[in-house]
Amino acid sequence: MDAALAVDRQTQVAFLLRLADDHLILGHRLSEWCGHAPMLEEDLAMPNIALDLIGQARALYHYAGEVEGRGRSEDDLAFLRQEREYLNCLMVERPNGDFAHTMLRQFWFAAFMHAFWESASTSTDETLAGIAAKAVKETAYHIRHCGEWVIRLGDGTEESARRLKAAAQVLSPYLDELFDGDEVTAAISAAGIAPDPAALRPAFERTVSRVFSEAFLDMPVPAWPQIGGRSGRHTEAMGFLLTELQYMQRTYPGAVW
Amino acid sequence: MSATRGRPGGDSTPLWPAGHLPHKGGDQPVAWLSPITNIEERAVRERLLISPLVGEMAGRPEGGDVGQDVTTQDDRRRRRAFAAASSVPDPEIPCVTVADLGILRSVEIVDGVAVARVTPTYSGCPAVLAIELAVEASLLDAGFDARIERVMSPAWTTDWITAEGREKLREYGIAPPSKASSSIRSLFGQAQVDCPRCGSAETERLSEFGSTACKALYRCTACREPFDYFKCI
Repeated sequence: MDAALAVDRQTQVAFLLRLADDHLILGHRLSEWCGHAPMLEEDLAMPNIALDLIGQARALYHYAGEVEGRGRSEDDLAFLRQEREYLNCLMVERPNGDFAHTMLRQFWFAAFMHAFWESASTSTDETLAGIAAKAVKETAYHIRHCGEWVIRLGDGTEESARRLKAAAQVLSPYLDELFDGDEVTAAISAAGIAPDPAALRPAFERTVSRVFSEAFLDMPVPAWPQIGGRSGRHTEAMGFLLTELQYMQRTYPGAVW
Repeated sequence: MSATRGRPGGDSTPLWPAGHLPHKGGDQPVAWLSPITNIEERAVRERLLISPLVGEMAGRPEGGDVGQDVTTQDDRRRRRAFAAASSVPDPEIPCVTVADLGILRSVEIVDGVAVARVTPTYSGCPAVLAIELAVEASLLDAGFDARIERVMSPAWTTDWITAEGREKLREYGIAPPSKASSSIRSLFGQAQVDCPRCGSAETERLSEFGSTACKALYRCTACREPFDYFKCI
């Protein structure tokens, strides 16, 4: 079935950009650890995960540009939009904080994305299914790696457990946005292109509770959800992030190499 | 093409006397067709006429000579284009070619243009563009107008690495991926990674993420050597 026929083009582009922006922004945040990680293995691991995310983002931007049909390349979409045009969820743009905060955010994101990609690999949209089939395996590595760290920190020293618990507290208001639905997600899931995010909650919770029980960590009490990224309303961190991300293209417009 | 390779009927002496079976690695000359077939194209066969393995064996059951194909001019051009494209080495693991890795999906001649379909490996592999450029350059070198198409679906998996490619990886010191990555469970089951140097199964994972996006770092507890493991996806 031709996915382009099942939903209008604008909806499909918005859906793809949300997904791509999540991956680009989180990949950018993770890359900030390069050279600053607490040990050499982590200094390799975090940029490696960042590469996976940015690679997934590239494939999605490329496809979004094709669907949009206005001749925008993946670089145009990644680097030449205004803050309000980015549609990533708020969790991924949060500053890295400490190592526990970074790892827990990555673990939660991976746990969500794994369920998402697994379902999207049978998408009616063949291109998305191809991207998903690869991403689901890569995401499985991220879950394992970050999950091991969550357990190590939670079951580690008093200090590491305290930091992980604090991270869970700070991050929990941003979780709901992952599962939030609107007319875009409704149209996309009705067309069989991607799952309804709300339906992924049980799978997410299974993955998380397995790791949290080993980490002696409780899921934080649900807090008032922080949302807005999907419609381009971001936290104050986003402007600073984009300033750095877009620096080259803003300073040397059209630069290629 | 190495200068030491004799070409039957060509300008150098065959590497072994008639009646003796060639040994491993010694029978490449057979990759060339008989001097009276397609000599104008000097087309390389995609498969060796006889198996490259050592020993006495029947040709057909071993995937040897399957008989002469009736080839057309287009077919020969396509084969020549495929041979040119498939000889491109991976930029990060030069011991294997893009064909060994299963990255090169097909080469077709469309309206006189050689169209190579290439599939990216890991999403984050920075070599994707380099590979596409190298395949294009190789086709141009071989005298074709070339175009590269990137294929996203179906997604590449390490299962597509050929048996020959896996053997080359092992010889290079990289443990090839364990087979059957079709389910997530098998990705994380008790996959046994054998040391590519001493063959021992007594190995341990040092780091999930290694020198490139596609590799993890392992250590052999028998010979104590660290080594790369080509991750299964």
